[in-house]
Amino acid sequence: MKRSITTITAGVCALALVAGACGSDDDAASDDTTVETAAPDDAGGDEAATDNGADAAAGDCETTDSVSLQLQWFTQAQFGGYYAAADQGFYADQCLDVEIKEGAVEIVPQAELASGNADFAIAWVPKALQTREAGADIVNIAQVFERSGTLQVSFADNGIESPADFEGKVIGNWGFGNEYEVFAAIGAAGLDPATDVELVGQQFDMIALLEGEIDAAEAMTYNEYAQVLEAVNPDTGELYQPEDFNVISYEEEGVGMLQDAIWADAGRLADDTEYRDAAVRFVAASLQGWAFCRDNVEQCATIVTEAGSTLGESHQQWMMNEVNKLIWPASGANIGLIDQAAWDQTVEISENTPNLDGATVLTGDPGDGAFTNDIVTEAVALLDGVDLVGSGYSPTEITLNEGGN
Amino acid sequence: MRVGLAERALRRTALLLAALGLAAVAWEVYKAIGPEQGGDIFGWRIIPKTNDRVMPHVWEMFAEFGRPAIGSGDQQVWSVLLGYSWFTLRMAFAGLALGAAIGVGLAVLMARLRIVERGLLPYLVISQTIPLIALAPQVTVIRGTLGLPQWTSAATLAAFLSFFPITVSTLRGLQSVPKASLELMDSYAAGWWTTLVKVRFPSAVPYMIPGFKLAATASVIGVIVTEITLGGLRGVGFATIDYSQKVTSQPASVYAAVFAAAALGLIMFGLVVLSESFVMRKRSRETT
Repeated sequence: MKRSITTITAGVCALALVAGACGSDDDAASDDTTVETAAPDDAGGDEAATDNGADAAAGDCETTDSVSLQLQWFTQAQFGGYYAAADQGFYADQCLDVEIKEGAVEIVPQAELASGNADFAIAWVPKALQTREAGADIVNIAQVFERSGTLQVSFADNGIESPADFEGKVIGNWGFGNEYEVFAAIGAAGLDPATDVELVGQQFDMIALLEGEIDAAEAMTYNEYAQVLEAVNPDTGELYQPEDFNVISYEEEGVGMLQDAIWADAGRLADDTEYRDAAVRFVAASLQGWAFCRDNVEQCATIVTEAGSTLGESHQQWMMNEVNKLIWPASGANIGLIDQAAWDQTVEISENTPNLDGATVLTGDPGDGAFTNDIVTEAVALLDGVDLVGSGYSPTEITLNEGGN
Repeated sequence: MRVGLAERALRRTALLLAALGLAAVAWEVYKAIGPEQGGDIFGWRIIPKTNDRVMPHVWEMFAEFGRPAIGSGDQQVWSVLLGYSWFTLRMAFAGLALGAAIGVGLAVLMARLRIVERGLLPYLVISQTIPLIALAPQVTVIRGTLGLPQWTSAATLAAFLSFFPITVSTLRGLQSVPKASLELMDSYAAGWWTTLVKVRFPSAVPYMIPGFKLAATASVIGVIVTEITLGGLRGVGFATIDYSQKVTSQPASVYAAVFAAAALGLIMFGLVVLSESFVMRKRSRETT
């Protein structure tokens, strides 16, 4: 879009793109997640936290711990489990009062965590490891998304069915650390990213693909891919259909990298028993929230919308359903566990796949302290009778409407 | 005199509307006659495409205001945007007020002490070359440690953008007093402060007004950039990013937010124009 739409939009969106990787904080009352933030001094905004507090007071908690969670983006079903845990009182059951902080263009969740502005953060593994290598003392305590949701989407008549077909094509990618799966796939297909493929920066929308300016666009299963299926095909007057596109899944290509995980402050985990205890309970309630979203897709999407998301109804449900597919079923003993093989694959690509500038995500091995399964193991012990495997999980069918409405 | 003012205001409004109408017409005319797939000049894509995805019709942009606003109950986009605009406007106004206080204060200081002007002015110029998005995280960290709410970082960054034109224009104004007037005040044995209030400031006003006009629109930009980069504030900047997420299927969606941002700039600008006519009217009565 940036290149192709008018100057005004381009200018505004440039601000969004240029924003790089600087942390900042947020702990004030106005950082709420509700849509009613009409006043700068609106103190009662965080529905999640308020609901939670009320339930906790009625429960049998001696004390309630207040913790905050920093998200990567605005409220949306990608974070459905956390909103469900707040809405359904799972956090309150664990004697927690959780403030869920929305992200923004320049918010880097793991940097917020490292600087003490948030107690926990949701972040993709490679990006968080990069921040960790730069000195942030953080640790992955629960791998919520077991699978990568990154796709490369192209029109079916373009014949791009595997990364080997990227040769000679214009391939869009997002940059800012979101591009390494693309580079890994290009390398695995025996192509040289510098000469065999024309790689171009892409906005977080699909206009460039629909306009034919790029041959294949990077897309998340739960968001951008839905955007093209919500758009009207000018040739037919109907919405674009899945058969109009070729979709390459980086997970299936074997170059998937671990995405949304819960990160915590490693130093505090080691020294602060109360924080460690809160972390166990936080992970437990969050996983319970994700289990709830698996079984209640529609309700969970509604919870997210009521928490302040502005995405259309069918888009929200699509996102909820697709996110569930990335989590369920658990291939290990339960969700949240970090699988050593998947971890190693992520680290291997992070260390050995250079982008066009020759930079890799990591310059050295992250070592042993970058993740732990202890917290999630203890968390699972707190949950009685909650199905955290989902062996019988099957996704639902969501029909997208025009504009995601 | 009053009739003249009203007439002038009316004519200005009519001209503004005519200019906006012309822009809309130009947009539609280009859309009608321009090349559907754009064009290249010397290999550069500089002729924009005219299809509906790239250049939606003007009426489609305005139709966005009437859409139901998702996640806001039964409200429509226009009423949600009105709330956002009010939220952003107040922060911009706080930023402009802060910027004006700092700007005028610095100008007075520099007008008083030549050495301060020599020493400080280069730093002020340098300060304006710092990208706002590089400054924003630092500002909000400081804000956090002081325990202030998030909107104060938006107001601070708005002030950061708006103080500079005010400082420069006020300084120029304070220094532009005719020498004879100053010598007259000297002959009255008037102190520096009295001279400032009675002579320097009144003659600085015509210089200050353009500075304030620049500052007014800059303050809106400061707030919007803060909303976009730092989050936690749901105003017009949030709406811009939020609506731009929908452009794939609704290409016109982002324009509702863009128009709201433009309107805010105009409102802030209008406030300065209003106060200008107020200040200048008072002045003309004094002098006649």
